[in-house]
Amino acid sequence: MPYTKRRRLVSSAVAVTLGATAIAACGSSSDDGEARSGPVSLTYWTWTPGMDKVVDLWNKGPGKKEQITVTVKKQASGDTLVTKILTAHKAGKAPDLVQAEYQALPTLVSNDALADIGDTVGGAKSKFAEGVWQQTTLGTDAVYAVPQDIGPMMFYYREDLFKEYGLTVPATWDEFAETARKLKKAAPDKDLTTFSANDSGLFAGLAQQAGARWWTTSGDKWKVGINDAATKKVADFWGGLVEEGAVDNQPMYTPAWNKALNTGKQIAWVSAVWAPGTLTTAAPGTKGKWAMAPLPQWNEGESSTGSWGGSSTAVTTDSRNKEAAAKFAAWLNTDGEALNALAKEGGIYPASTSAQLSGAFTSPPEYFSNQPDFYKKAAGIAETTAPSAWGPNVNVAYTSFKDAFGAAAKNKSDFTAALDTMQEDTVADLEKQGFGVAE
Amino acid sequence: MKSPARRTSYGAEGAPYAHPSPTTTLRRARSAPYLFLVPAAVLFLLFFALPIGYAVWLSFRKVRVSGLGLGSGAREEVWAGLENYTGALSDSELLSGALRVLGYGCIVVPVMLGLALLFALMLDSERVRLAPFTRLAIFLPYAVPGVVAALLWGFLYLPDVSPFFYVLDGLGLPQPDLLDGGPLYLALSNIAVWGGTGFNMIVIYTALRAIPAEVYEAAKLDGATPLQIALRIKIPMVAPSLVLTFFFSIIATLQVFNEPTTLKPLTNSVATTWSPLMKVYQDAFGKGDIHAAAAQATLIALATLVLSFGFLRAANRRTKQEAAR
Repeated sequence: MPYTKRRRLVSSAVAVTLGATAIAACGSSSDDGEARSGPVSLTYWTWTPGMDKVVDLWNKGPGKKEQITVTVKKQASGDTLVTKILTAHKAGKAPDLVQAEYQALPTLVSNDALADIGDTVGGAKSKFAEGVWQQTTLGTDAVYAVPQDIGPMMFYYREDLFKEYGLTVPATWDEFAETARKLKKAAPDKDLTTFSANDSGLFAGLAQQAGARWWTTSGDKWKVGINDAATKKVADFWGGLVEEGAVDNQPMYTPAWNKALNTGKQIAWVSAVWAPGTLTTAAPGTKGKWAMAPLPQWNEGESSTGSWGGSSTAVTTDSRNKEAAAKFAAWLNTDGEALNALAKEGGIYPASTSAQLSGAFTSPPEYFSNQPDFYKKAAGIAETTAPSAWGPNVNVAYTSFKDAFGAAAKNKSDFTAALDTMQEDTVADLEKQGFGVAE
Repeated sequence: MKSPARRTSYGAEGAPYAHPSPTTTLRRARSAPYLFLVPAAVLFLLFFALPIGYAVWLSFRKVRVSGLGLGSGAREEVWAGLENYTGALSDSELLSGALRVLGYGCIVVPVMLGLALLFALMLDSERVRLAPFTRLAIFLPYAVPGVVAALLWGFLYLPDVSPFFYVLDGLGLPQPDLLDGGPLYLALSNIAVWGGTGFNMIVIYTALRAIPAEVYEAAKLDGATPLQIALRIKIPMVAPSLVLTFFFSIIATLQVFNEPTTLKPLTNSVATTWSPLMKVYQDAFGKGDIHAAAAQATLIALATLVLSFGFLRAANRRTKQEAAR
C-alpha cells in the first residue's frame, strides 16, 4: 500500500516540524494500531447529551488506572455524523471512537472505517439480546461495535381520549385499522395517528416487525428485499388507511404535529421507547394522559416488535490504540455505573439487558408517572425485537423512502408503487457502486 | 552564474551599483506588476482555482466496490471518464429539479424586481414622507438570514399554527394548502421576494439618486408629468442597474437551496431533490457519492455561467444598439 506509506511519511514529517516531542511514537505505531505502553488519549465523537459527564467517570476511575484518557467531541446525530466520519476517514483522521446507529454500521464497515474489536469486546456478547448483538457483527465473525442503546417500538395512546370515544387498545393491526375508522366516525376532525414519510426509521421498524429482511447476503452478493411480501403488507396497510382517510398523511416533528398531539387532534403514536422524551417537548400539556402498550401484531397471539433508532460505540481503523478504545467501548456499554450515568445524563435506553431494569429504570419516566410499570413493560417488549438486516446503502433506501412515500402519502396513491421505487433505487445504487447484487 | 561575473566587471569599472544598466531598470519595471500580482494570484489559485480544479477532477472519478464490499480493500477509486456527466444529464430528477427552479424563477424574478423598481421610484418621488424609515423597513428583511426567513414563513404557512389561517377560519373563508402543488411555488417565491426586494430596491434607488437634477428640470419645463418622468426618464436611465439586479437574481434563483430545504420537513411536497443544488447536496452527503455530486455541481456552474453571462451580453448588445440609434 504505497499510498498509506506516503501519507504516514508526510504526517510524521509534519509532526516533527510542528515540534512533536515523541518521535518514538511516530516510529513505533504500526498499521494494526497495537497498544502503546504508557498513557493513551482517545477522541470520541458522539451526539449523546451529557456524554462528557459519563466519560469523566471513566477518566477518573478505570481509565486513570489504565492510563487511558477519553475526550468527547460533541457531534450532530445520525447520517450527518456518518458522512463526517467517512470524510475524516478518507484523510486518515477519523477519531478513535465513534457513535453509530446500527443501520449505519454496514456503510461504515464497507468503507473500511470500523475496526474489528472482537478480541477485546467479544466477551460482552452475553450482556445483550441476540438480535441486538447480531447487528454489530453483520453476520460475520468480526465484531464492529458495542451496542449502546436500543429503540424497541411501542404503541402510545391517549388513555383519557380512548376512554371518551369508547376505543380499546388494538392488539392487532386489523384492530388498529378498526380503531382508526371508529374514531373517524365518532370525531371526524380527529385522527388516530399520521403516516409520516419524513422518518424512514419508523417504516423500517414496522417492516422489521412484519418479518422483512431488507438486506441479506448470499455468497459474495447482496440481496435486496425491500419490496418483499412482509414489507408490502406493511405498505399496503398504511397506504389503505391513508387513502381512505382513516389516518392523517402529514409529517411528524412539525409545529403542526406538536400541536395535534398537544390538543388531542391526534390521539395515538406508533413510536419507540424514547417517546417520553419527545412527547415531553412536543405535547407538554398532555403529561400523564398517555399510556404505552405493545405494538399491534400482524397475527393474534404473536408478540414481536421492530426497532426505531438505537446506536452503538465503534472503534475506527484510523485509531492507533484500538485495544484501549475497545476497552473503553466495552466499559461504557456494560458497566453498571456507566449505564446508569448514560441513562441519567443522556436519557438513553440501554441495550444491555441487565441495565434495562436497574438504576434509572426502576421508576417510570416523569411524563408517564401514571404507568408505574413502564420500564418493566418496555424490557419485556424489547425482548421480542425481531432481527434486523441492514446493508451498505441504507442511506440511499432511506432517502428514496422519504421522496417516494412522501409523494405517495401526499397524493394518497399506491404505496406499493412507492415501495418498488425504493427497491429499484437501492438496487440501482448498489449496482452502480459495483457491489455484487443477487437478483 | 552570470551575476557574480557581472558584479566583478562593475567593480572593475569602479561604480558597482550606483548606475544599474538600463536593461536592469527596464527588467525591474517590467516585473513589478507581476510582483504586485503575486499575492492576489496565490490567493486566487489556492482558494478558487484549486478547489474548482479538485471538484472537476473528482467529477471524472468514481468509487468501485467489489463483492460484498466489506473489509479493507473492497473499495477503490477509479477513473470514470464522462460517466458521471452522462449520469447527471440523463438523471430525470436533476432535470425536473431544473424545471421546478425555472418555474420558481419565473415568479420570483419579475415580482421581486418589479416591486423593487416600484418602491425605488416611489421613494425617489418628491412627495414621499418618512423616506429613510420606509427605505430601512423595506430593506430590513434582507438582513434576516434565509434559513430564519424560511422557518418564519414556514410557521405562517402551516394551517394548524398560522395566525392567517386562524383568521381565515374565523371568517369562514376557504383555507388553501400553501405547501402543496402550485401554491407551493408561490409560498417559496414569497420568501425570496420578501427577503430580496429590499436589496434590489437599494441598488435601483442608488442609481436613481445619481441622475442629475437638470434632466428632471428639463423634463418639467417640457411639461412632463411625474408618471412620464418615471417611465421615460428614470427607468431608461437606471436600466444598467436593472440589468445588474436581474443578473444577480438569475444567479440567486439557480442557487435556491435554503428555502426548500427548510420547508422540506414541514410537508410531503418538497422532495430531498427539489432543486438542483439540493440534489447535489443529497448525492454528496446523503448517498455519499461525491463524484456524481461534483459532476452535477460542475454542470450547474456551467449552466449558471452560460445563462447569466448570456443575459449580460444580450443586454449589452441591446444597449449598444440603442446608443447607435
